Amino acid sequence: MTGSAATRGAARSHSGDLLVATAAVAAIGAWLWAFLATDSVGVLAGLLAFAAAAFVFGRRAAPRYRRALAARPRMATSLGVLTVCVVAVALHDQPYPLLMLCTVLLFVVACIGLDIQTGHCGLVNFAGAAFFGTGAYTAAILAAHGVPDPAVIFAGGVVAAAAGSLLILPVLRTRGYYAALVTIAFGILFSTFLEVNDSLGGPQGLKLHGIDFFGWRFNRDVNLGWTTASFYVNYVVLSLALAAGAFVFARRIERSWLGLAFDAVRLDEIAAATFGIGVGRAKIIAFTLGNFLCGVAGSVYAMMQGFIAPNNFTFGESLILVSILILGGIGNPLGILPAALIIIVVPQKLQFIQEYRFLLYGVLVVLILLFRPEGLLPRRIRDYFPGSGA
Amino acid sequence: MTAAADTMDGPAREAAAAPLLACAGLTMRFGGLVALDALDLHVAQGEILGLIGPNGSGKTTFFNVLTGLYRASGGRIAFAGRDITGLAPQAVYRAGIARTFQRSRLCLPLTVFDNVMIGNHLRLSHGACFNVFRRGALRRQYDEAVGAARSLAATFNAQLAARLFDAAGTLDMIDRRRVEICRALVNTPRLLLLDEPSAGMTRGETRELMDDILQVRAARPALTIVIIEHEMNVIERMTQRCVVLNYGSKIAEGPFRAVAADRGVQEAYLGQAVA
Repeated sequence: MTGSAATRGAARSHSGDLLVATAAVAAIGAWLWAFLATDSVGVLAGLLAFAAAAFVFGRRAAPRYRRALAARPRMATSLGVLTVCVVAVALHDQPYPLLMLCTVLLFVVACIGLDIQTGHCGLVNFAGAAFFGTGAYTAAILAAHGVPDPAVIFAGGVVAAAAGSLLILPVLRTRGYYAALVTIAFGILFSTFLEVNDSLGGPQGLKLHGIDFFGWRFNRDVNLGWTTASFYVNYVVLSLALAAGAFVFARRIERSWLGLAFDAVRLDEIAAATFGIGVGRAKIIAFTLGNFLCGVAGSVYAMMQGFIAPNNFTFGESLILVSILILGGIGNPLGILPAALIIIVVPQKLQFIQEYRFLLYGVLVVLILLFRPEGLLPRRIRDYFPGSGA
Repeated sequence: MTAAADTMDGPAREAAAAPLLACAGLTMRFGGLVALDALDLHVAQGEILGLIGPNGSGKTTFFNVLTGLYRASGGRIAFAGRDITGLAPQAVYRAGIARTFQRSRLCLPLTVFDNVMIGNHLRLSHGACFNVFRRGALRRQYDEAVGAARSLAATFNAQLAARLFDAAGTLDMIDRRRVEICRALVNTPRLLLLDEPSAGMTRGETRELMDDILQVRAARPALTIVIIEHEMNVIERMTQRCVVLNYGSKIAEGPFRAVAADRGVQEAYLGQAVA
């Protein structure tokens, strides 16, 4: 009811609101720094409790400040990027937290890809890790043959999208659960194929060199002037650029006629077809774009890790990607970041929980579906050009 | 688009002109069930035809076959002089046939504007590169589309036009129906199929909606309408001619009063009189 009035009001929001919103983003940045840097279980629990409390108590006040930022999408994106950069600089001498930050950002890229498929077009993809892995193995093979690294990363995405086209026929012919089953089968086939195929390293996996962007060696420590930073800062810069790019891309897709076609296909395929929307075309575009993003993320991940093996890309890893989507809020790329932080970083921090991490995911997904079925940050009504007052 | 209607000046010439829609021997079988049994049916350009019959007599099946959701087991469909038998739903829509559904098939989480734009999809640029990279051009198309959707919604109801950016799920039943009809009209079809527009509405709401439809029709005299209804006063008020279906066959045809007086029709609805 207040939706339209609210969108209109966004353009006229006070600069005071914007200031508060900026301060809130800075506070989130500080929280992120503490969250990544801490080794203590007590501090971690305190931070999570604080975040939960802020989430619950800030819910009433938040929409006003959120709108102030939403009305300036470019500024909001830059602010987010800047915040992560500051966090990376603050963590410059701690390689492990930086590695986690990169991993989270790359998983964000992959999950944004899945979100275009699942959240927008309704194609549930349980083979995310397979497409991520396709990118990773493509990178391993091409980089070993001396292909320049920017091309390797791009090729990782292209090959993943091409691998997806193998699946497109069965996915187009099935719906709902059946399409999901097709992707599960593909994911399992993929990791089994890697295990038994010796030319791809078999169960031992493959080694990769670090990224080299025309002389910019990613695996060399960075001289910041006053101090030396861990080489992972390079990877943070690249992953952050990819995550920001994927975010803007997904947002633009959503806020467009193409995004509308995706929604129409997800919500009612029959009605969509009756009104002239090419259902197959929409699914092919969404599936290809999503797999491309998974592949790109996978290729960077592989070069950052320096080593990949089949057990990095199992069905279990696909489930992690899907849990991130559900936790974050299906259809909202913004929710993916906090969800990825919780799903990926918390088990890393709590080493004793490692064995039980799937249990943790299971409990988390059940809790989310019970108490917040639309995820931490549910998708909002489409506003094609926010802040323009149209 | 209006040319054909403009040249007509009376029922006599209307009947003489080639029909806009002509079905011959249209048959739809689901396994052993014959839902449409060699149906011959024609609709003249500019006509409002009522399609009535007891539950399960094949009315909605007829719409589904016509719009390409079902593939006919036999027979031909000609629309505007073109054979459209077996075309995909998208191609049927492109040819100029739009419909509403008996059970509203709006996308409830989407806004009214989005729902109307689903019907306008053919006129919008939906290439991936255009939508992602040419935001300025998209913006111009968007502004134009908002204007079009607003004036279309205003044709029905000024309040509906004001709620263009509310989720369709927040509207009441009659406004949802209006949105559905807007979605079907936005691409300026030549033939509009209304599947029981009064379903789920009170008598007053039904009257209001029929007023709206007639008003829209007055603004677009060339628009041909086929309407499925169970409310006989709606049929009486809206239509010039009725076709009665029973078990997938046409059992009567003509003006409502004549059809209503038909003994076969009464039997189909009420059952055969005992002795």
